[in-house]
Parts: sequence; C-alpha cells; structure tokens
Amino acid sequence: MTTEKEKTPLFGPKERRLLWDPLNDNNPITVQVLGVCSALAVTSLVYKSVVMSIAVIFVLAFANLVTSLIRNYVPSQVRMIAQLVVIATLVTIVELALKAANYAIYKELSVFIGLIITNCIVMGRLEAFASSNSPWRSFLDGIGNGLGYGVILIIVGFVRELFGKGTLFAGSPIQMNIIGKSNDLVNYWIDTSGGAMSWYSNNGMLALPVSSLFLIGILIWVQRARNKKLVDVS
Amino acid sequence: MHSTGYVIKFTIIMTIVAGLILSGMFYATEPIAKKNAAVFNKRAILSALTYSMDKPQAEMTDDEVIELFNTKMEQKVLNLKGEVVEGDLLAENLSLAAEAKKPEAERLIPLFTYNGKDGKTNILAVYGSGLWDKVWGYIALKPDNKTISGASFDHKGETPGLGAEIKDDPTFSYRFIGKSLYNKNNEFTSVSVVKKVNNPDNEVDGIGGATLTGDGITEMMVRGINYYLPYLKKNN
Repeated sequence: MTTEKEKTPLFGPKERRLLWDPLNDNNPITVQVLGVCSALAVTSLVYKSVVMSIAVIFVLAFANLVTSLIRNYVPSQVRMIAQLVVIATLVTIVELALKAANYAIYKELSVFIGLIITNCIVMGRLEAFASSNSPWRSFLDGIGNGLGYGVILIIVGFVRELFGKGTLFAGSPIQMNIIGKSNDLVNYWIDTSGGAMSWYSNNGMLALPVSSLFLIGILIWVQRARNKKLVDVS
Repeated sequence: MHSTGYVIKFTIIMTIVAGLILSGMFYATEPIAKKNAAVFNKRAILSALTYSMDKPQAEMTDDEVIELFNTKMEQKVLNLKGEVVEGDLLAENLSLAAEAKKPEAERLIPLFTYNGKDGKTNILAVYGSGLWDKVWGYIALKPDNKTISGASFDHKGETPGLGAEIKDDPTFSYRFIGKSLYNKNNEFTSVSVVKKVNNPDNEVDGIGGATLTGDGITEMMVRGINYYLPYLKKNN
C-alpha cells in the first residue's frame, strides 16, 4: 500500500474499471443478484427508481469512503458494528434530507429508504472492498456499484411505468403521458386523444411488484446471452 | 487484536460522533419537514375539491395552499353528537387513525368548510379498513349537503394495480361526483361501490379485481358520513 501510494493516478485504468465493471460484468443486481428486494418494491415508477438510485449511490459512495478512512482504526471485534453505524447514519441523513426536500416522494418510498440499511450491496461492498482499499478507490467503487444498481432500477421502472401506467416520470414536474388514454382527468379534458396508441389499455400486472422479478430475469438472460465472460463453464 | 479498553473507547467515540451528526441534521431539517408535512396534509384535503376549484391543488404552489387555508377554509372539530368542540386543536391536525381507536363517546371528527365560488362546501373525512390495511378519504359536499361534489381516497397498503387504484386512478374518485347521499325517500343511504350499477344515484362502479377494497370504502362511507349527520341536520 505504501509503495503504490505515490503512483496512484486519479483516473487510471484500475479506477475506470472500478466505475465501469459494476455496470455490466459485475452488476450488483443481474450478476451478483444482490439488492433485489428493493428493486422489486420501488420500480413501479421511473421517478421513484431515480430517487432511490440517487439515495443508494450517495449511501454507498460515502459509506465506502468513511469505512476506508477509518479502516485502520476500527477494532476487528466491532468491525461489522462500526460499518452498520456508518450505513445507518448515512441512511438517516438521506431520509431527513428527503423529508425536507420532497415530502411527497418521501411518503411514496416510505420504508424503502430506511431499508437501504439492509441492502446487501452496501454491506457487501464495505466488507469486500472498502475495508481493504484506499479511500479514493473505495469512493469510486461505491459510485460504480450504486450506478450499476441504479441502471437496472431505472430500466425496470421505465418498462413498468410505460406499459403499466402509460406515463413516464409520473409524480415529478416533467410527468408525461406516453401511450394509452391519459389517466389524469384534469388533463384529459384538455387533451382527449391522450398519448400515442390511445387504444392501449394499461397492463395491471406490471403495476405489481412481481413483474419486476420477471423483468430482472429477462435482463439477466439478455446480459448472459451477450456477454461471454458471464457464461458459467464449471 | 485491539485491547478491550480501546474497543470501548472506540465505540463510545463512534456513538457520540454519529449521534451529534444526526441530531444536528434533525434540528436543521425539522422546521422544513414540519411545513412539508402540513402542506401534504392540506393538499390531501384539497384534492377532494379538484373539480370545484378554478385551480386544482396539483397546480398550486405550497404557499398558495397555505394561503387558501388561511383565507377560504374554515375548520371545526366536532363530536359525534354534532356539537362543535371548542379548543386550540385545529381540524387539520386531528389524527384520524388515533380518533378511530377511541370509543364513540369521545371520538372527534374534523370538518372543513371551503368558501368558494359555489358557496360553502363542506369537506368530511372518512376512515376505515380496506383489504390489507387502512383506507381513508375526504368527501366534499355541495351546499345542499346531500350531493357529493368531489372525493379523494388514499390507502396504506392496498395492492398496486388493483386496490391501490382508488388513489392512483383519478377516474375512480371522479365517479362519486354528483352522487346523492340520500335515496328517493330521503333516507340516508350513503354511496356504495358495487360491481354492477343498478341505482345510479347512490352507487358507483367499482374497480375490477378490487372488490374487497371497494366494500371497505362502502362501509367507511356509510359509517363515516353518518357521524356528520347530526351536525349537518342542525346546520342546514
């Protein structure tokens, strides 16, 4: 660690790998199959997925950073407890900030912000990476894994909202009706044609959490079919 | 391996640091969060008026919502005998969940009166059980206090795509507009959510796949509006 320290570049090939690997080859959801529980629960709307992703990226990046900074001072007997305190503190900060910044989405996400504490990705990265790597690399690893999680969440949220509700970004200021009849009566009076394909009737199954399980399964299938590195040869 | 003394010291310092950060954060955000929660609650009440206001609550800013409550909204706390309970408690701060647990003799209900272009519109709060968990709603009445001019519903844990549509599908609460709380013989019947509408004055079409949530709403409306009848009869 000491010999390497002087040569470590800010964005060398290793650092870039830390950021990009979790997006494909080592995706926390589709490859490691971690954090699936929250991916099922919060992906009914794109906006919810985006807010949840930002929260997880923040918690992961800073939990990794803090854990890495204190890694030489933490007694091994209470290592896990210290990690949990770091995660819980950061999650509570996110919860308080969200309550002040956007109360409606805080109500929508309800317990799932608090449940980031139990998200296996966070604890997994702290144990596997941050407790034995430098702060800057740990920070990048946190952002990378958070992005890998967020990308899947947003893809699933996109499909579920588009075909389950016919809208995109509902609940946010840029909410729009894409396909089918507008569900919003206030706008319905102004624009009776709705979006494109006004014959489309919303698919109720996509509003149910179980549909994200199918969607994640399909994503895993597509990814494994295209990425030779992920084919299990053993 | 660190010594036990070091571990204890480390734990104490860690706890103090985390505690200080969180309490600082809490006190910094508390006033904003409180205001947000109050506006959120006010918006829920106003959403029953969506079709009788010039500007629906979804298009109003937070300050406009607060301003409207200060100028055009009267609030009263009632008991089930129909008497106005005097006191400092504002109707909007009344917890429907806590009141539902009290015996009927002590139970309080909120009443909101909106002074709009169509005259005085009373908004009643109803609270009951859906399929999985609690459901609640706000019912706005026309000045005759017999006809519904708007409704809004919310829930704690109904099935997404089925029961949760009582909140997510605005066409559901829209079906309540113009329904009468009384039948042709002028007896109180409330409005029922049914599978097949035979009596369009007192029934609305339910949501497919959400029969039990609909039954919960029917029960909640009969019981909840009944609580207001003594007051509405006295003040009509």
